[in-house]
Amino acid sequence: MSEAVVRHKVEDRGSRAASPGWFRRTLDSDLFYSFRRSKITMIAAGVTLLFFLLAIFASALAVQNPFDPAQLQLMNSRISPLWTADGQSPFLLGTDEQGRDVFSAILYGLRISLVVGVLGVLFSGALGILLGLTAGYFGGAVDGLIMRVADVQLSFPAILIALLINGIAKSVLGNRLDEMSMLGVLVLAIGLSFWVQYARTVRGSVMVEKNKDYVAAAQLIGLPAPVIMLRHVLPNTMGPILVIATINLALAIITEATLSFLGSGMPETMPSLGTLIRIGNNYLFAGEWWIVAFPGLALAALILSINLLGDWLRDALNPKLR
Amino acid sequence: MTEPVLSVRNLQVEFASRRGTLRAIDGVSFDIAKGEVLGVVGESGAGKSVTGLSVIGLIDPPGRIAGGEIRLSGLRIDNLPPEEMRRIRGKRIGMIFQDPLTSLNPLYRIGDQIVETIRTHLNLSEQAARRRAIELLAEVGIPAPEKRIDGYPHEFSGGMRQRVVIALAICAEPELIIADEPTTALDVSVQAQIISLIKRLGRDHGTAVMLVTHDMGVIAETSDRVAVMYAGRVAEIGPVQDVVKNPLHPYAKGLMGAIPTLAGDDKRLVQIPGSMPRLSAIPRGCSFNPRCAFAFDRCRVERPEPLPRGAQSVACHLYDSVPTESAA
Amino acid sequence: MLAFTLRRAIQAIGVMIAVGIISFSMFRFAGDPVNQMVSMDTSGAERAAIRKSLGLDDPVIVQFGHYVANAAQFKFGVSYQFRLPVSQLLLERMPATLELAICASIFAMVCGILMGVYSALRRDTWLAHAFQAISLIGVSLPTFLIGILLIYLFSVTLGWLPSFGRGEVVRIGWWTTGLLTLSGLKALIMPSITLGLFQMTLIMRLVRAEMLEVMRTDYIRFARARGLTTRAIHFGHALRNTLVPVITVAGLQFGSVIAFAIITETVFQWPGMGLLFVQAVQNVDIPIMAAYLMMVSLIFVTINLAVDILYTIVDPRLRSTVSRAH
Repeated sequence: MSEAVVRHKVEDRGSRAASPGWFRRTLDSDLFYSFRRSKITMIAAGVTLLFFLLAIFASALAVQNPFDPAQLQLMNSRISPLWTADGQSPFLLGTDEQGRDVFSAILYGLRISLVVGVLGVLFSGALGILLGLTAGYFGGAVDGLIMRVADVQLSFPAILIALLINGIAKSVLGNRLDEMSMLGVLVLAIGLSFWVQYARTVRGSVMVEKNKDYVAAAQLIGLPAPVIMLRHVLPNTMGPILVIATINLALAIITEATLSFLGSGMPETMPSLGTLIRIGNNYLFAGEWWIVAFPGLALAALILSINLLGDWLRDALNPKLR
Repeated sequence: MTEPVLSVRNLQVEFASRRGTLRAIDGVSFDIAKGEVLGVVGESGAGKSVTGLSVIGLIDPPGRIAGGEIRLSGLRIDNLPPEEMRRIRGKRIGMIFQDPLTSLNPLYRIGDQIVETIRTHLNLSEQAARRRAIELLAEVGIPAPEKRIDGYPHEFSGGMRQRVVIALAICAEPELIIADEPTTALDVSVQAQIISLIKRLGRDHGTAVMLVTHDMGVIAETSDRVAVMYAGRVAEIGPVQDVVKNPLHPYAKGLMGAIPTLAGDDKRLVQIPGSMPRLSAIPRGCSFNPRCAFAFDRCRVERPEPLPRGAQSVACHLYDSVPTESAA
Repeated sequence: MLAFTLRRAIQAIGVMIAVGIISFSMFRFAGDPVNQMVSMDTSGAERAAIRKSLGLDDPVIVQFGHYVANAAQFKFGVSYQFRLPVSQLLLERMPATLELAICASIFAMVCGILMGVYSALRRDTWLAHAFQAISLIGVSLPTFLIGILLIYLFSVTLGWLPSFGRGEVVRIGWWTTGLLTLSGLKALIMPSITLGLFQMTLIMRLVRAEMLEVMRTDYIRFARARGLTTRAIHFGHALRNTLVPVITVAGLQFGSVIAFAIITETVFQWPGMGLLFVQAVQNVDIPIMAAYLMMVSLIFVTINLAVDILYTIVDPRLRSTVSRAH
């Protein structure tokens, strides 16, 4: 048995014995050690944190509210970045067609991208865990149905599913679809596209725990089995779920950006990074590369850092994910 | 006396690891003559397999041959360029591994694998090679070889697959066959058949055989001579009857389950207490001394060198009455 | 073998029925077909007549039966936007998508396998490390960004390649091909790379991992002990054993390639089914959406089935023992 497997087993036992301190203890030990050892991971974590901070403090950091028409001046349109010959202060990364500061637009867009991504992951996680618990606990036909749907869905790309849900929502809601409800639709679409992995993981863990003696014992003394199992299953699956959630955050952000780029996501009045790239793409041929380049760069850097973080987390926690 | 087919002198094999260099083989020497079967016996980790692999030149990094020489019919082969060594493998030295289930590529017909090997080493046409493959399969005892040649490995039983592996090892008429635990993975009922096959082939073709195993029974049945290995060294080597009937080295005595006449307490030595040291913690002096009932001060300080004793040779201070002088 | 294929075929039909139900539900409930077909001032009576003529008053199960029967004959109704039969629209655009997807897959397979083999056999060279870095970036960069980057480099800056469309196409029967003209071939380059890049990194990682795994097996050690040449071992034995799982994955990925073409086709304004679908989503053209879903599902299911059968041909162990999954 390899050292890593042994360690994983030990961790397993530790988490089962003392579920409240699990997160803290893991953070104190191996996880943090391997984190400190990987320079790339530390940089990735730093970049991810920076992006979250930028998004949270967007309104304080931006030189203007880029989506308040009153603050935009057409005479400021199409200014190239500050370090180029035609650059003008305070427009660090230049401005677009409507005199909108690209840097400010990125901050606001980042905020939307992250909000949709995080909410999408939370929603898909909650849905997946719930369906996984249901499938594992009830078994039989319920399990068969849920897992069959999962199998079929897994063979279709998430983007296709998200686009379909998007299209259906549009057709049902019609003109009532404003910015906030569009955000909701995106969260829904992402949530429904990414629940499968969580469900499979949780279901597997439930199946293992279900037949253990303590569940029967708990039932004997009158405790509801589902509650007892939940308290044991969730700590056990925390590691894998954390890994799936991290990798899915990157996927969710890509999916949202792609939908917005395709014109089926956030509208131009409340753009995400994807929307900004779509707008900027129109100016590429005019030579105004900065309108598309910087939002693109921000998106790429964000996804790359989250992916690196996810890769490291997967290796560090060593859950049995592929 | 004619030149031995295989001659290993003072072989040393090292593995580089993070904690420093580990010496897996430390000063192993032995010869195998034409038509002779040398059994190499010892616990797992004693260095039997590593010895076999270094002879055929398949020690993978981080391992390397750090010293000594290996000669094949006089030709030094431990320092040959990789391409020349490759030509020797399969042609002049055949090898049989432990597990016939995994030794054959599952995606190729066994005939293709044999023909491929034959044509790599011998200048034969496709048809000639195929005819030879059928002959080989017949020789190793596969019924209806002209039909089975087009079978895939999964269509053969374990014993039959090991026969195919043997056919592959002998397909270019090698001078030497190294069989690394050839029967360990097989059913007991098949083991005897495979052993007698190896023995028969060695006799018929005059091939030298190095038979690596941890099973003394197999050695006693097959070998002409036996080398007992312990912690990367040869503890004792000699004709098989002598070593079985009259083992000299305390470890060999334990291994044979023999009851030493020197000690009063009989039963205690039937099982050797303790276990073989790890490579990273080989004790000073004789590596067997912590487990040896006869160990004395010298054993804890000085490493014993092989001493001839009749037809046998033993690396033990017990047989060296005059410490400073060679007992030749 | 036969039982195995049969079971897979039944599963495939099950999936198609499920997709049919979703597709039908979209068609029937998400948008009111009548509203889409009439103008604002059509009277209630006329609407009722249209409803009846469309069979919308029949029991839902009967309507579903009609829908499936029509779909089986490639009748998917009329597009709201174009006022043309959906099947005709899809058929017109199918060659563009298939040509793009096939070129992208070939690109992904060839480059992915070469890079994967190289980085497995020469693990510690700088080129192998570079391939690893490329694969991480390939996974992290959204497809549309790669497309935009390529357009900026090769169309805007260098002016070498066209940034949109298929170039000149040649019509062969109902099929249109861009493979026979220079401009058509040039137009294919960037979209194929964009679309294939993600699959390429996937195949590369898979080939590398599988190859390293295979190189550690006993039969490779035995092949070396038999004195086979390094080339025969690497490319005869190791690669062939590596390719079995790779073929499966790459084959299964072909469906994804067609689905992902949605993004690439949008970036490059490639006149394929994906672009049609994106426009349909934007304009709530339910018949096209429903039909596209059915088409893509059919392609998926067919490929899955084909890969299963192909797998049994490549791996002789599966031919006799069908019940085993591997």
